[in-house]
Amino acid sequence: MTIEVKNIVKKFGAFAALDDVDLKVGKGELLALLGPSGSGKTTLLRIIAGLDWPDAGEVRIDGEDALGHGASERHVGFVFQHYALFRHMTVFENVAFGLRVQPRAIRKDEATIRARVKELLDLVQLDWLANRYPSQLSGGQRQRIALARALAIEPRILLLDEPFGALDAKVRKELRQWLRSLHSEIHVTSIFVTHDQEEALEVANRVVVMDKGRIEQIGTPGDVYDNPATAFVHGFIGESIVLPVEVTGGSVRLGGRPLNIAADGAASGASKLFVRRHDMQIGPAGSGSLEGAVRHVRSFGPIQRAEIALSGGEGKTVIEIDAPRDRELQAGEIIGLQPRRYRIFAAQD
Amino acid sequence: MSTQSSFVTPAPPLRAYASTADIAVSAPLQRDAGDRARAMVSPKDLRTEPAPVRFIIIALAVTFLTVFVVLPLVVVFASAFSKGISAYFSALAEPEALSAIRLTLLVAAISVTLNLVFGVIAAWAIAKFDFRGKTFLITLIDLPFSVSPVISGLVFVLLFGAQGYWGTWLQAHDIHILFAVPGIALATIFVTFPFVARSLIPLMQEQGTQEEEAAISLGASGLQTFFRVTLPNIKWGLLYGVLLCNARAMGEFGAVSVVSGHIRGETNTMPLLVEILYNEYQFVASFAIASLLAMLALITLVVKTVLEQRLDDGRSPSDYSRND
Amino acid sequence: MSTAVARRSSLPGFGLTMGLTLTWLSVIILIPLAGLFLKTLELSPGQFWEILTSRRTLNALKLSFGLSFAAACVNLVMGTIIVWALVRYRFPGRRLFDAIVDIPFALPTAVAGVALTQLFSVKGWLGAPLAELGIKVAFTPTGIFIAMVFIGIPFVVRTVQPVLIDLDPEIEEAAASLGANRWHTVFRVIMPSLIPALLTGFALAFARAVGEYGSVIFIAGNLPNVSEIAPLLIVIRLSEFRYADATAIAVIMLLASFLIILIVNRLQRWAQTRIPAH
Repeated sequence: MTIEVKNIVKKFGAFAALDDVDLKVGKGELLALLGPSGSGKTTLLRIIAGLDWPDAGEVRIDGEDALGHGASERHVGFVFQHYALFRHMTVFENVAFGLRVQPRAIRKDEATIRARVKELLDLVQLDWLANRYPSQLSGGQRQRIALARALAIEPRILLLDEPFGALDAKVRKELRQWLRSLHSEIHVTSIFVTHDQEEALEVANRVVVMDKGRIEQIGTPGDVYDNPATAFVHGFIGESIVLPVEVTGGSVRLGGRPLNIAADGAASGASKLFVRRHDMQIGPAGSGSLEGAVRHVRSFGPIQRAEIALSGGEGKTVIEIDAPRDRELQAGEIIGLQPRRYRIFAAQD
Repeated sequence: MSTQSSFVTPAPPLRAYASTADIAVSAPLQRDAGDRARAMVSPKDLRTEPAPVRFIIIALAVTFLTVFVVLPLVVVFASAFSKGISAYFSALAEPEALSAIRLTLLVAAISVTLNLVFGVIAAWAIAKFDFRGKTFLITLIDLPFSVSPVISGLVFVLLFGAQGYWGTWLQAHDIHILFAVPGIALATIFVTFPFVARSLIPLMQEQGTQEEEAAISLGASGLQTFFRVTLPNIKWGLLYGVLLCNARAMGEFGAVSVVSGHIRGETNTMPLLVEILYNEYQFVASFAIASLLAMLALITLVVKTVLEQRLDDGRSPSDYSRND
Repeated sequence: MSTAVARRSSLPGFGLTMGLTLTWLSVIILIPLAGLFLKTLELSPGQFWEILTSRRTLNALKLSFGLSFAAACVNLVMGTIIVWALVRYRFPGRRLFDAIVDIPFALPTAVAGVALTQLFSVKGWLGAPLAELGIKVAFTPTGIFIAMVFIGIPFVVRTVQPVLIDLDPEIEEAAASLGANRWHTVFRVIMPSLIPALLTGFALAFARAVGEYGSVIFIAGNLPNVSEIAPLLIVIRLSEFRYADATAIAVIMLLASFLIILIVNRLQRWAQTRIPAH
């Protein structure tokens, strides 16, 4: 089932939660809406679900205008961050709920409903909890039941609002993998919201990076990591070294000193240089555009992570780099650094 | 966007006391048997007064409560049975007494039913949606609490009395509101108006809208959502509100006294009959009826305590704990 | 297609429930109150003043407000003592006494009225010994005072109780460890944090006593200018068909109660800024 979102605007008072957002979701995709809090990702999800309405814009599901219908008519499955299980119903009754409230005309008979619930509970591997109440379950179990409940109505789309946000790290990891394998089994178009970039990159087919109510970039996890389109994306995903530089007519300067790197079509003016920690090549002093003193090194596994105080600018700029361990760095050593891969963005971004 | 409201105990008994919305009882805090136990001190504690002081305080408290609360209650029953058990029961079997009992039950049934239905509707509108003027609306609902019962009766006399705004119109059409059951019912509905809503609103606000949103997203209609999801969650709060509403409806004196006309055998509720009999020095009869009302009060208190227990239990911290 | 979408909520039924709520509210509360308001406006300010300052009215108002205030003060002190004993001490029957605090609130006012009268009349269990001492309670302003104390008992206790229960024990332990004696700890550390709740309870007890009718009229003498409370005067004026007088007195009572509650609210807010609640 495809979703198309066009020119969505949503304001809360003066605050623009969503500012002219466009998005297309293809059939069977597993899409992540990724961004910090306040980026508008949950608002967007709720608008797609029919739990909130935009101030302007269109939402089309399978080509039909969805805004004329409320959440109960859109046939979407929604999984809430805090599960929202019906506290006075057993697990079984929770999962069966969607099937039991269907209009008489299409409602299945009780036996069929029972069978379907059992099927779903087997799918999430929690059939043994069928007669428990939500308060008797752990957080991870509750979330899986919430998912089963949403799937019971055979939704066209599955929407998950920070599904693992309330769980601790280990359970989160397990459920992430579980969600991915579930999706490859069921293939229902799914969108999930998260602020955890590791989660988004690990689980999703495509990632939508959002900030301040706008979409910064849409792409595969690899795209978004390797080719960030804006400074925000570069800074938000993965670790980056950020250096303020000045671009003048094709040459790049740091603190007045020219760097031996191509401006790559960056516009003139105050800019920021983004380099991934592991993209900084090291060599003997004087061998690179930058130079610095090693302040602190720690090694783990095949990598050494070093804190370098860059020379020039009174040694106040300290960066962290990751380097292979074929040549062990010593504290106090002066080394040369050359960005191997980098991006330059205008400082305003 | 709806968010789950922070975890607070609504403490209905306190809210039932607040007579104006302005006087907000301090934010109710989560309390359980553990808290109460911790609040108590043991004699050797750092946190207590010397023994003589403790003794005096306890003695003062007990004496005061005995004199002011226990004794009056005992007097009711002692006076009712002062001439023996058969005198007690024959007083209750008097036709006036029976008609007063019937009228009280009727009026209570009407007020409780109507205020129950509209209380639930009002609580839904207020607790599950956001809109401007919510505080004002809640203040209005609270209004009957802040108004003297006599004034509650007065307002209806001003409307329906012989010299009231609609008095002549009513007389012309031979419709009797005052000095008849409709007037009594209206006055009672007025004074018991807030009970159900005030019991439900904090409860429903605390429960938030997530479960209802989940139900809607699963395809349920508004009514289905209400009956299958909301109602089971609020049932103890609802019962509590109904209980208090009923107790007040049956016991209301001032407002009903103003509108009733005290027509013997017709427009006397039990409290009014107590007054009439007392003024005629028929003490046994008066206290016999009073004893029924006193028993109602005691039963209400017992059930109220049980319900409070249920309400506190129903929101144990294990519900929706944030971490595994 | 649609670029401007109407504002909707995720849950259905707002329109219907709001509509019904407002209708019911209007019928039961707003229209009657409007009647009161309109009636008040029928009086010219001069007439209003005249009614108000007539000797009988003034005495009734003075009696009602004065005795209510005194009774609320008694309840403030006794309520504090009671709630302290109930929350912090263990003694036989504590649970029972905790439960009976609610009785003045739960008991129908007429029952309370006749019971108190019976108790304090010259032949009553308490009235008789007091009469020996030369103190007459029933049918005097003293009786009114007693009745007002009775009905105010639950307000201070129940308002302060949760605050006292939730008091952080560590605060007292800190005070003690810093050398404060018990007196200091109680009056400089604990009591101040109870002030907002105490004020609230006081205001509630006061407001309730001012408007009280059933519990009071039996034990009061109901003699004009001596032991006649304002609510009774309203009832009498109504029976005389002097609706305007009744209305004027009612409005003054409402306004005065409102004013007092406003003042107490202010005091509360002030107390809360000086002594921040936990």
